[in-house]
Amino acid sequence: MFNYIIRRLLVTLPVILGVCTLTFLLIHFVPGDPIDIMLGDQASTVDKEALRSQLGLNQPLLVQYKNFLWQISHLDLGQSLHSKSSVTSILSERIPATVELTVAAMFFAILFGIPLGIIAAVKQYSTVDNSILVTSLFGISLPGFFLGPMLIWIFAILLPLFPVSERGGIENLVLPALSLALPLGAIILRMTRTQMLEEIKQDYIRVARSKGLSDFPVYFKHALRNALIPVITIIGLQVGALLTGTVITETIFDWPGIGSLLLQAIQQRDYPIVQGCVLLIALTYVIVNLFTDISYAIVNPKVRLS
Amino acid sequence: MKKTKRVTRNLMIVGASLISLMVLIAIFAPYIAPQDPNIMSLADRYQGMSWQHPFGLDENGSDVLAKVVYGARVSLAVSLSVVSLSIVIGLVLGSFAGYFGKFWDGFIMRAIDMIQAFPNFLLALALVAVMGPSVRNVIIAMCLTSWAGFARLVRGEILYLKEKEYVSSALAIGASHWRTIVLHIWPNLVGAIVVNASFAMAGTIIAESGLSFLGLGAPPTTPTWGALLNSGRKILEEAPHVSIFPGLAILILILGFNLFGDGLRDYLDPKS
Repeated sequence: MFNYIIRRLLVTLPVILGVCTLTFLLIHFVPGDPIDIMLGDQASTVDKEALRSQLGLNQPLLVQYKNFLWQISHLDLGQSLHSKSSVTSILSERIPATVELTVAAMFFAILFGIPLGIIAAVKQYSTVDNSILVTSLFGISLPGFFLGPMLIWIFAILLPLFPVSERGGIENLVLPALSLALPLGAIILRMTRTQMLEEIKQDYIRVARSKGLSDFPVYFKHALRNALIPVITIIGLQVGALLTGTVITETIFDWPGIGSLLLQAIQQRDYPIVQGCVLLIALTYVIVNLFTDISYAIVNPKVRLS
Repeated sequence: MKKTKRVTRNLMIVGASLISLMVLIAIFAPYIAPQDPNIMSLADRYQGMSWQHPFGLDENGSDVLAKVVYGARVSLAVSLSVVSLSIVIGLVLGSFAGYFGKFWDGFIMRAIDMIQAFPNFLLALALVAVMGPSVRNVIIAMCLTSWAGFARLVRGEILYLKEKEYVSSALAIGASHWRTIVLHIWPNLVGAIVVNASFAMAGTIIAESGLSFLGLGAPPTTPTWGALLNSGRKILEEAPHVSIFPGLAILILILGFNLFGDGLRDYLDPKS
């Protein structure tokens, strides 16, 4: 197990370096001079040169790259062009709201996804199965920027059950979390169903049944345990989509997290903040995947031995 | 088993019909739209559904039906260009990596790893943000992110297929490597690529609309579903129809591609 974790960590290091490199290169995708775009055409040459040296853009590319990596390893992501405060402190102010939202979304997705997936598999080809599958297909096909406004329209305007926007108590969390959770829940549901059907066909299930076990322990004690292993991986892989989805969900619901910060920074051409947000989301994604793989290996010995 | 085969075929047909419906709407947009999508009449803003304007009017008094049908053109054109370009890039680079191996494999796979380390939409969003919003930049940004999936798929298939006997016999009778790849290996990839292209179309349409929703897509004069939904979400109370209709259009198209991809995958799967 220890060997597996070491091996997995070694594979992750170049990926992290790659993420940093691509994030570093982002600002060089700006057509023309990024300084002109950040300050506008009217800015004086002195201001432009000051910003250029503040961002280190007057240095050779390799030197810039080295400095960038050095700064990142010291958790220094530069300074916001707009508010002049450090990017790290702005990001850390916004993190709790996004964590709250994504954890709640994950909770809803698992709460609905796994039980409905089990029911669909147990009742394969029945009306219940078909209607669950059709619903999940809609879930996958409903983008957040349509679902979000519809949830607001139905549950805040037509039936004023929930407040529309901004962070606050649990009732403020329900609509944004649901709108973020639906696609993920649908994916978890389909994966749970497929895996359960796969397991139900196995010999050990037939053995359990021939011993005279009733449905309930067969499904929950034997099949479900094995079926859930691949579901863990899917959940891990979807964290990236969930985090990126916050850009849209947080914008719709005025949620003061990383996603709305990213959009705001893009609109203000505050590139250090854009870089910081992108790096934060991408690194979180890489690290979540690392933990997913490790936990997968813990529950499934076949992986770490191969 | 027979029954499931019929069900998946029916799903495929439903999916294909939904896609064809939207393609026809996009092609015949000028005949379906009651008026030009950019005509404004502020006096009638927020007007609901009527015979003259079946989907009502938006906050500028522009016709929502016109914007929805012209929006289909943008979504389909962008996603079709992105997916076909990504398939071409993915086929060439994936074949290089899988067939020739060694240095190329390492190099191309590292590039794929680097791109796939980012959540797809995030990278496209960041690229458009720095390059500036325009249809061309949206296409470039999404190609840069979505070729990697196809390249990985092609590489995997080629690693397996190049060991086949018909490949060594093609080489033995003197076919060049690329001739073997193009004429003997690629035809075997068609099924897998079409299935993935269908899901990629769904993903790209969501991403393109998402970018326009955030104001990072086509310029405001080009009607897009995303931009329409964005203006609609601010006037949900007065004019919910501005959000509902473009949203339904996206839903129908995405559902079409997902159904088609699902059905085709199960249909081609030898296990079922």
